[in-house]
Amino acid sequence: MILMVGTNMSEAHPVASTFVKDAVLGGAQLIVVDPRRTDMVDFAQLHVPIKVGSDVAFINGVMNVLITEKLYDKKYVESCTVGFEDLKKKVMEYPPERAAEISGVSADTIREVAHRLASVKPAMLMYTLGITEHTCGVNNVMSCANLQMLLGNVGFECGGVNPLRGQNNVQGACDMGALPNVFPGYQRVDNAQAREKFMKAWNVQSLPEKPGMMMPTMMKNLTTGKVKAFYVFGENLANTEPDIHHVEQELQSAEFLVCQDIFPTETTRFAHVILPAAAWSENDGTFSSSERRVNRVRTASVPPGDAKPNWWIFKEIAKRMGHKWESNSAQEIWDNEVSVLAPSLAGIQYARLENDGIQWPAPSKDHPGTPTLHKDGKFTCGLGVLKAIDWTPPAEVPDKEYPMVLSTGRRLYHYHTRTQTGRSQGINDLLGEETADISPADAQAHGISDGEIIAVKSRRGEVKVKARVTNQVPEGLVWMAFHFREACANWLTNPVYDPVTQTAEYKACAVRINRLT
Amino acid sequence: MSDTFFLNGKEKPFKPGQMILDAARNGGIEIPTLCYLKGAAATGACRVCCVEVKGARSLMASCSTPVTAGMEVFTETELVHRSRKMIVEFMLASGRHNCLMCEANGNCRLQDLAYYYKITKLQFPEKEISDIYPTEDENPFIVRDFSRCILCGRCVQACNELVVNRAISQGYRGAESKIVTGGDLPYHESECVFCGQCVEVCPVGALMEKKAKGLGRPWEVKKIRTTCPYCGVGCQQWLHVKDGKIVKVTAVEDAEPNKGRLCVKGRFAYDFIYSEDRLKTPLIRKKNGEFREASWDEALDLVASKFKEIIKKDGPDSIAGVSCARSINEDSYQMQKLFRAVIGTNNIDHCART
Ligand code: SF4
Ligand code: SF4
Ligand code: SF4
Ligand code: FES
Repeated sequence: MILMVGTNMSEAHPVASTFVKDAVLGGAQLIVVDPRRTDMVDFAQLHVPIKVGSDVAFINGVMNVLITEKLYDKKYVESCTVGFEDLKKKVMEYPPERAAEISGVSADTIREVAHRLASVKPAMLMYTLGITEHTCGVNNVMSCANLQMLLGNVGFECGGVNPLRGQNNVQGACDMGALPNVFPGYQRVDNAQAREKFMKAWNVQSLPEKPGMMMPTMMKNLTTGKVKAFYVFGENLANTEPDIHHVEQELQSAEFLVCQDIFPTETTRFAHVILPAAAWSENDGTFSSSERRVNRVRTASVPPGDAKPNWWIFKEIAKRMGHKWESNSAQEIWDNEVSVLAPSLAGIQYARLENDGIQWPAPSKDHPGTPTLHKDGKFTCGLGVLKAIDWTPPAEVPDKEYPMVLSTGRRLYHYHTRTQTGRSQGINDLLGEETADISPADAQAHGISDGEIIAVKSRRGEVKVKARVTNQVPEGLVWMAFHFREACANWLTNPVYDPVTQTAEYKACAVRINRLT
Repeated sequence: MSDTFFLNGKEKPFKPGQMILDAARNGGIEIPTLCYLKGAAATGACRVCCVEVKGARSLMASCSTPVTAGMEVFTETELVHRSRKMIVEFMLASGRHNCLMCEANGNCRLQDLAYYYKITKLQFPEKEISDIYPTEDENPFIVRDFSRCILCGRCVQACNELVVNRAISQGYRGAESKIVTGGDLPYHESECVFCGQCVEVCPVGALMEKKAKGLGRPWEVKKIRTTCPYCGVGCQQWLHVKDGKIVKVTAVEDAEPNKGRLCVKGRFAYDFIYSEDRLKTPLIRKKNGEFREASWDEALDLVASKFKEIIKKDGPDSIAGVSCARSINEDSYQMQKLFRAVIGTNNIDHCART
């Protein structure tokens, strides 16, 4: 049994989706919870088209049924979790009828989902950015965890809560401590012992203990003057961040902007210094995939011109600021620093990564790695915590002036701002421009025909874009991607963030559509 | 009786339900195959894997015949050889198998078998050119050369049973047989999503990567294993490299997590690194807003001195940075180390949020 929530897997993680499809052919049940009729719906027993941003209410409704009808895993909840009473109290406020009203699917559908989930064990829950890219992103994730713990599905192979990471090395960037509050291996910067350890390893007298800013705060502070210098490594913020007009203003305000990249981008236009970097397959290294698997990346060609490996560039800047770093290759960095400093990676060394890589935690050299976390319901921090969570609507909801919801994501053929796929021969032939996907009903209401150029407008901007009339999209929804600069959805999206993770609400804002003539 | 059978006269174990092909392999005997595709239901289409089974009236397809206890199987008899050879001879005549002009030359199961069974001349008249469907290479990535298709059906199985994209099927009948998309349209006008799995499994030169054409023979390329640079699945790839350039990408068979599969980006979107647009030298912005080329020393000195100046004036927390969620772990490690240990701030983050 597989439950997919907010994941357009066949386009965003195509190979993962083939294994889900194989499982369905092999007899597994599939439930797809998504406002859109994504391709995976063709394989599902049940498609639950909840309204954008209603996830918490929907899941609370399902849990309400599980608890009232005593279908949850009582033994697991009692022995492996805490917080059940609080959770129960909260979800009792979400009887299926109320959850139905908020989420736009029927109370019977909610009951059916609960019944189906309770009937098979274990069930696997998979989610992607449809869960996280909301002002209530953290609450959405915790709701998924609540549901899975209530069903007793956490800690088993083919169970659990499985996020699919958007970019190839998001997992790795987190593991390496490219986060404002943790060192490599999730050791907290506000922990004196951790600082002590890293001070010694890095040969410095002190390390900052106050957690730093998250990216949206950094960018906001470019305009307040609190942040003077901004170092952007490999991200095309001028296209990927919500509300491009505003983002460009922020980048413009930097006193000193350093961009390190492989291509000139919309973002490098604002730089004071641009540093040319070696790309994938131009140096050795490692990526860490969604399943925490550390894999090798190997060199096939030399970088063009003077372009240099990124690790070398950072090392050279450090040198010029009075720090001599020893490691002189990705392998030395990993073997002599990363795996020594991050306990969960201690057992991972390049020599062990020749074939299929290793899934961390792998605390010692003879540890085989860990495919399943929280094995048999044993959580790393003792008991699993069930949390009472209330539904909150997206920050901007449709009104008279902007009556439709805009939701955004990725399409199969392109990747992000197309810096790579747009320059790979043939890909543009398959998808050469952005479209605004709308339902036949909305098309008819506005007299819009398929392929016609229309205007999509939000409080932040307006784009002219080709309409794609499709049954994939329900009435009231406009769906767009951010692959093409001209009609990039981020001219329209709302720069509001989850208060904890500061993930932007890419999945919901209010827009209106118009014919041009 | 225990679970054993006789393989070329020697008693060997087998698992209940196991096919002869598999059990023989475990027993150390390789049987040639063409249509057999791991992970898909055996179709028994090509008969190249035929073996003699004592008591059976005809030769049996080992890929789709289950072993039974006490069964006596012979894999290398005169009859088996003659049959396999004839099957290959028929296939060689079923189209235009002129290896000199084929991309698969040197990496072709049919060629291997023709060589192994010492076929030196065509035994049957070749199919008329006019009876062969024209090559389809209108789509951007995959060349479909029907003159080389032996109708083994592996592509159809891969598309329908492995990656389940359901884009192609066996079309028409008899001599007219053809692997077709819905409506027999070119790939790019069909349901095809260009995962290239059909190309990956085609045993001959009927399905080929268009972009790799003429760039390197199988024996000229070095295969380097790496990890896909796109989404978070982390598929394992072979980079086929000639003279320091990637000429083609294929999947690593049996590797975790992708088990020989890739998607359109992983398989075909590799050549961006050779784009003329690449940044090749450090650039510094001039007073008038334009960029000029600079040496590494000049650019790095500028960054370092500017950082030092800002730290002195406004403190380390007035510097902030975002690392790259696309680049290798070691790069992110170095960047956060630069920020924490050298600049002295925790203002380091990355795009985890998109
Ligand atoms: S490329 Fe993929 S989807 Fe297209 S026909 Fe081949 S296997 Fe099927
Ligand atoms: S195209 Fe290749 S895989 Fe498909 S039937 Fe022909 S020979 Fe077999
Ligand atoms: S091949 Fe496709 S599915 Fe696999 S990692 Fe690359 S982008 Fe993801
Ligand atoms: S491989 Fe057995 S019939 Fe083709």
